[in-house]
Amino acid sequence: MGLRLFFITGYAWKVWRRNLDAFLKTYRVNFLPPFIEPLLYLLALGFGLGTYIEAVDGIPYVRFIAPALISISVMFSAFYECTYSSFVRMYYQKTFDAIIATPISIEEVIAGEILWGATRSLIYASLMLPVLIAFGVVDLPASLLVIPFAFLAGLLFASIAMCFTAITPSIDALNYPSYLFITPMFLFSGTFFPLTILPLPIQYLALGFLPLTHVVGVNRSITLTQFSPMIYVHLGWIAVVTAIFFAIAIRLMRRRLIV
Amino acid sequence: MEARPYYFTGGACISAIISADRLEKRFGTLVAVDRIGFEVRKGEVFGFLGPNGAGKTTTMKMIQCISPRTGGSLAVFGMDVDAHPREIKRQLGVVPQENNLDPDFTVYRNLLVYSRYFGIPRAEADARIEELLEFVQLQEKRDVMIDKLSGGMKRRLILARALVNMPEMLVLDEPTIGLDPQARHIIWEKLKSLQALGKTIVLTTHYLDEAARLCDRLVIMDNAKILVEGNPQDLILEHVGADIVEAEYAPDVVACLQDMDMPFETFGDMVQVFTDSPHEVARTLLETCDPKRVLARPATLEDVFLKLTGRTLRE
Ligand SMILES: Nc1ncnc2c1ncn2[C@@H]1O[C@H](COP(=O)(O)OP(=O)(O)O)[C@@H](O)[C@H]1O
Ligand SMILES: [Mg+2]
Repeated sequence: MGLRLFFITGYAWKVWRRNLDAFLKTYRVNFLPPFIEPLLYLLALGFGLGTYIEAVDGIPYVRFIAPALISISVMFSAFYECTYSSFVRMYYQKTFDAIIATPISIEEVIAGEILWGATRSLIYASLMLPVLIAFGVVDLPASLLVIPFAFLAGLLFASIAMCFTAITPSIDALNYPSYLFITPMFLFSGTFFPLTILPLPIQYLALGFLPLTHVVGVNRSITLTQFSPMIYVHLGWIAVVTAIFFAIAIRLMRRRLIV
Repeated sequence: MEARPYYFTGGACISAIISADRLEKRFGTLVAVDRIGFEVRKGEVFGFLGPNGAGKTTTMKMIQCISPRTGGSLAVFGMDVDAHPREIKRQLGVVPQENNLDPDFTVYRNLLVYSRYFGIPRAEADARIEELLEFVQLQEKRDVMIDKLSGGMKRRLILARALVNMPEMLVLDEPTIGLDPQARHIIWEKLKSLQALGKTIVLTTHYLDEAARLCDRLVIMDNAKILVEGNPQDLILEHVGADIVEAEYAPDVVACLQDMDMPFETFGDMVQVFTDSPHEVARTLLETCDPKRVLARPATLEDVFLKLTGRTLRE
């Protein structure tokens, strides 16, 4: 193993391409949710609840949550793609079995799935951004950086998701990480209120263990054009944790599927 | 790799496409394949015949480089399966026991996406897919989703998919499992024409007529081991004899056979005498033992199979 784990060859992109093809085939159902959902949040929280909330750290509430909405969408799209959808392909459709009978190896299949999960994040971020721009709640041109960053953040969530997929006994058991990991993250990652109002230990917990905290941190810097050295901490954390979970995901999947 | 890689047959040098020696596969404590040895030659149809759980699929998966062996040696195209999986898989066409067509795509797309896994350029793939659809008679179904295909069509599509990379060798695991007689005949016909094109074909089956009809050589597997190997006709002659005389089981018939010193076997409600001179045996039996009914018939692979693996039903 060793370095081979990180050796993403062109073969992984063929797996990625298979998923893209399937996605484009059903693009109508795929493209609508990313428009509707942020719109609802923006209206309900930003303009509804937001009118009762004074500015957060001098930032209007709707501008405060806009980068969080993108981050959440990035998380959801990669995480659900590489849990439920990947599990369906692996377990029910036997797609992975079919692919590894060709020159493609299981490592490349998993790498391709993770790359695809990240691509979904990128697609959704790209679809959401114009909505947020139209409402004038994100800065231009800095906010365009949200798109490439969505891919990196997507890799993070996709890699973590793939680890759960590799160890889950059934598709129902995937509800556990969904409720116990994703939902708390959704709420406690500096998304709808700033981390700083939480007790200090919980702040450290969020910074140490909730990936979304760092993703929101980066996206907020981008959409508000407020860059501080903290962004290096966020990016560094994301890079290291992504690499670790990517490697673990491949190893676990190999152990599950190659018997 | 210590197995002899070359055979001299009639002056021509025929290389061994697969050579396995003391090949073993364990799942924990369960031994699924127990130190088997065999060799598949270029251009032949080689069969693995055996009841469920014999270890056929496990053996196929090791050949396909998707399941690592736990012991012994296995070389395909002269390459070790652990060391060169990518090179081997590139030249292999695989029909798995379980259908795994891609339900997200149409018939045509299935073949196209699969050809991409092999790195076949689009134009070349398009041309080849047309030919293959014609070969397996699925042209009219090209834009149909997989779940709308019958079992036989799915099997034919998988066969077409296995041919997309123009493989040197086909590995088919129960190619006709669950098909009706018509659908099985179509698959057999396709396999025969592939054999005529010089493709090496390895297949597993638990249908005896299928093995007898298709295979140049075969092994009979049971309980993880290879029991016998050979040409179907030779196996019949060697293990059963050319013909069989059957009589309904009755104690006095058995006693009579014992008196005559005639070797026989009891299978359920039948007494069977394996012989090369069925007429004589049948007449002697009729005249001396007075059985209810006597039937003389040519021996089949089924008789060999049942003799070697016993009559117990296995799931
Ligand atoms: N992944 C696996 N884990 C544990 N046991 C297995 C696995 N695959 C097959 N076996 C066992 O190995 C034996 C041989 O199975 P298989 O090769 O599928 O037989 P066949 O194809 O001849 O029906 C069976 O006892 C089966 O239960
Ligand atoms: Mg089998």
